[in-house]
Amino acid sequence: MRTVLEARDLVKQYPGVLAVDGASFSIREGICFGLLGPNGAGKTTTVEIIEGVTAATSGDVYYFGEIAGARFRQEAGIQFQNTALQDYITVGETIEMFRSLYDRQADFDEIVEQCSLGDLLDRDNRKLSGGQRQRLLLAVALVNRPRLIFLDEPTTGLDPQARRNFWELVQSIRASGSTILLTTHYMDEAQVLCDEIAIMDAGKIIAQGSPEELLEKQYDGLIIELPISDLTDELSAVPHTVYENLGIIEVVTTDVSESLKLLTPHVSNLNQIKIRQPNLEDLFLDLTGHTLRT
Amino acid sequence: MLKRIYAIFQARNREFMRDRGTLAWNLILPVALMFGLSFAFSNDRDAYTVGVLQQSAEIDAAEHVFLQTHYINFVAYKDFDLAMRKVARHQLDLLVEFGDEPKYWVNSDSPKGYFAEIALLNAGSENATSIDKQEITGDAVGYADWLLPGILGMNMMFSCLFGVGYVVVRYRKNGFLKRLRATPLTSLEFIIAQVSSRLVLTLVITCFIYAGTHLILGTRMDGSYFTLFLIAVVGAISLVSLGLVVSARVTSEELAGGLLNLINWPMMMLSGVWFSLEGAPEAVRMAANIFPLTHVLNSARAVMLDGATLADVAPSLLALTAISIVFFAIGAKIFRWSQD
Repeated sequence: MRTVLEARDLVKQYPGVLAVDGASFSIREGICFGLLGPNGAGKTTTVEIIEGVTAATSGDVYYFGEIAGARFRQEAGIQFQNTALQDYITVGETIEMFRSLYDRQADFDEIVEQCSLGDLLDRDNRKLSGGQRQRLLLAVALVNRPRLIFLDEPTTGLDPQARRNFWELVQSIRASGSTILLTTHYMDEAQVLCDEIAIMDAGKIIAQGSPEELLEKQYDGLIIELPISDLTDELSAVPHTVYENLGIIEVVTTDVSESLKLLTPHVSNLNQIKIRQPNLEDLFLDLTGHTLRT
Repeated sequence: MLKRIYAIFQARNREFMRDRGTLAWNLILPVALMFGLSFAFSNDRDAYTVGVLQQSAEIDAAEHVFLQTHYINFVAYKDFDLAMRKVARHQLDLLVEFGDEPKYWVNSDSPKGYFAEIALLNAGSENATSIDKQEITGDAVGYADWLLPGILGMNMMFSCLFGVGYVVVRYRKNGFLKRLRATPLTSLEFIIAQVSSRLVLTLVITCFIYAGTHLILGTRMDGSYFTLFLIAVVGAISLVSLGLVVSARVTSEELAGGLLNLINWPMMMLSGVWFSLEGAPEAVRMAANIFPLTHVLNSARAVMLDGATLADVAPSLLALTAISIVFFAIGAKIFRWSQD
């Protein structure tokens, strides 16, 4: 698969704040690439540099091997985290207006159907619910049949049902062959949608790969989870990687039976012990803020 | 390029036309002002105004006893043609010239001219010298005639400055400009669309208000409608361009409002919207020429009240064109999509 986009050593320095600190990554054609990180990690700034709406202090962005320019603007579809639309303009007029700005144009009816906006075409932009608004913003991002779509925290503020509906929409877009760059801090969203992820913290990419690869690399086995309050004494005797977060102890092990034998003498309430597969949430927390000891 | 400009132009027009409150305000305010003020000042001037034809700007009351008459406002005129026009239009009740061969000019249709003439002839009658009488005729220019260009110009000024300046800043602040920046739309295309949209809307509204007040109040129109329309077009472009300069980088609506008011108020006070600057100091009149509205109003009044031709108002049109080019170039040069 070809590389659609490559970011090389992106740096963004604001007065007194280094928002992006040498971020580099590349995205292959046809995948959903997730850029994950805690709030303030520099995800949105990085993406806006790539989109061309924020100037980088240094670094370059390549689109199909060329410096991103006019072709990129024609072929990229963008959904910002926060976008105001014009007041008094209807959903249909908004889509049509943005569609007119591109040489490549998607079929109006197709976009409307894909984003389930058929019943809302005559509705004023101001009178949309959060989910409807996100669907409209996605439709606006699709007006040019984009080869690369940027979705910046698209489900922030949506209720669980609206989030799941939006995921289905993103999956259908990906299935149609478009490449997607998704920024999110919802790990379940990234787990469901992303083929590859990069985790950002303090302006730097601290991990990159497929979720499976990253999980395998970070976790050798399963996780045994129990509340810290149920421990009767220190776990220094347990020969495993142990993470602590929000009052929970996580023990990573390849031999659950053996580990449980070692743990149980130190635990007051065995009913609270859980055994599970590690997930992106664990990875994210461990890489960006967990207290870690081995 | 044209397709993109038209898309933004059309969207902005729709946004404005559907904002009923703003649209109504743009239409109702000038009409209400026009009717209210023309009614309030329907008696025009209470005091008598007499022009004194002389080279000096200062009136020497010792020159003739008439110049010492109470309740008459004496104004010096060097330009005979200008003074005559004012007598013809009842803006001066009388024009006098003292010296070796004293004369006076009076409009035989002017009631106030009749009484001013009696006052002149009775002044110092015990040692009166002969004074030649010249009669002229002409219809009165009412306050409404004089005020209409001012009201239209003021409305145009608010519409152009706020319609571009405030709206662009709002778009920038709420992120709509950032969204547009992520499309193939260029800043020049966006600016052209905004300027065109505001120009068309302002001209339509101005023509509508003019037609309404002209038909109902029967205001004077001595010149060509085409010339007047051309003045409105060039004037609106210059005012829109000024709004563009203000909005090119500002990201706060409050700051934009303050800056626009900083421009609006001096322009409204010094450009002759409400009153003539004829009696004002030379420096003030010169300073007023930096404002586009001054050129708009002077040339519009010349066309409407004096029947000025396109050639007569060409200097003002050229000044407005130059102002437009300078402001548009600055606005386009310093324009920023977002704060970054």
